[in-house]
Amino acid sequence: MKNNNKNTGNTVYLDHAATTFTDPVVLETMLPYFTENFGNPSSPYNIAHISREALDKARQQVADAINADTEEIYFTSGGTESDNWAIKGVAFANRKRGNHIITSAIEHHAVLHTCQWLEKQGFEVTYLPVDKYGQVRTEDVKRAIRGDTILISVMLANNEIGTIQPIPEIGRIARKKGIYFHTDAVQGIGQIPVDVEALNVDLLSLSSHKFYGPKGVGALYIKKGSRIDNHSHGGAQEKKKRAGTENVPGIVGMGAAIEQAISQLEEHAAHMKKLRTRLLEGLLQIPATHLAGHPEKRLPNNVNVIFEYIEGESILLMLNSFSIAASTGSACTSASLEPSHVLIACGFPHEIAHGSLRLTLGKENTEDDVDYVLQIIEPIIKRLRAMSPMTPEELRK
Amino acid sequence: MMYSEKVMEHFMNPHNVGEMEDADGVGEVGNPQCGDIMRIYLKIEDNVIADAKFMTFGCGAAIASSSMATELIKGKTLEQAWKVTNKAVAEALEGLPPVKMHCSVLAEEGIHKAINDYREKQGLKPLEEKPDAE
Repeated sequence: MKNNNKNTGNTVYLDHAATTFTDPVVLETMLPYFTENFGNPSSPYNIAHISREALDKARQQVADAINADTEEIYFTSGGTESDNWAIKGVAFANRKRGNHIITSAIEHHAVLHTCQWLEKQGFEVTYLPVDKYGQVRTEDVKRAIRGDTILISVMLANNEIGTIQPIPEIGRIARKKGIYFHTDAVQGIGQIPVDVEALNVDLLSLSSHKFYGPKGVGALYIKKGSRIDNHSHGGAQEKKKRAGTENVPGIVGMGAAIEQAISQLEEHAAHMKKLRTRLLEGLLQIPATHLAGHPEKRLPNNVNVIFEYIEGESILLMLNSFSIAASTGSACTSASLEPSHVLIACGFPHEIAHGSLRLTLGKENTEDDVDYVLQIIEPIIKRLRAMSPMTPEELRK
Repeated sequence: MMYSEKVMEHFMNPHNVGEMEDADGVGEVGNPQCGDIMRIYLKIEDNVIADAKFMTFGCGAAIASSSMATELIKGKTLEQAWKVTNKAVAEALEGLPPVKMHCSVLAEEGIHKAINDYREKQGLKPLEEKPDAE
């Protein structure tokens, strides 16, 4: 039983939180902007107008997808750039008001490392803890706010464990205090509804390749009237806030992808939930296996489980030998030798956090894929446990 | 993470896996917090390693290093086995990524610990951790 998907070939691809393939319809939309419609949108002649119109259309598509105005959408190179711009831009532009920032301990490194860098520039950062499901408590947000707090940044949904944060509530708290509120919505968009008004956010980051758009393009929503430093200096692109010739084909692709993702949102979420339930039920039948993240308030496509007594990279390598692509929060896939900061923040001990497996579903996945994974994984877990000195006797048989 | 074919071969089909109930020397190294524990078992006959086995909790490189290390020391005298370095284990595996070299170090340390466990059981003084250069 093997996948034979036209996009992923023989691989059962279950790492959509890392990236997705560019949808063929999206690609078709992009192609003319590499060739015949290649004009620089800032130029004055007809061929450039075509590019300019394409940018306008994509900006409208992104704005519509998140209930924003086109004036509030700024194209970037992706989620990391959007996060960096939002946090550094607000921090430096509002330094006279204060130098305290609040974020959570489980943010993406694009946020955490930016905050750590700001600490070196003299800013103070509070890293909020999370509960065992990876959720920020609004009480902790309230307690962390000081007179000099200028920005709160909490992600919409976590990239590793899929937990969805109480963003509207945090946004209400921030707004009441006149504090800027940024959310990294990179994993959430295309999986759950994202409405900047309902979320009460001032800034919101997006990345195209997480919802079947091309890599290297993203957007930052900046609420009108926000005080934020320019991203870069040069030309007058992006309303003079982010200089540099726009990535027109990428932006066109992002626009097409986000429009498609939003129009298919309900159907997609239902499909993901069905597969996720089947996958999770099967995985949790394996003894000494734990769910990471919130049981209900989680992205519909996210499964994150931890197998005790074994190590995540070994699981990945064995899955790969059966053409299954997945991810782990184990240290062994990184240079740090520290397991996932997210799993540790949720309270998993180091030795258990090493055995994590993240499976993130996508629209091309089928029930057959899920059944194939379940069929393959149990013998892998047994095999690795059989050679682990940590495995209790009863699990070795 | 790109591994050599040899690493993958030893990871997918590790040699000498399992517990040894009547082991003459056992050495356990590593730390579950760091994601690696290696336990090496030795069967000694006339100062020669007649058999070696391992149990490992760890990544692909840790399992492959354990497998290769046990292969390298089988049939060797204890003195010869003591001199099997982590570099020799890594070379026999056709290289390890720099970030994974610690796995070969664990294998070397595991062998040393198992040899010293045997020596102590024989009433002998444990050998110094750093082997003399040949």
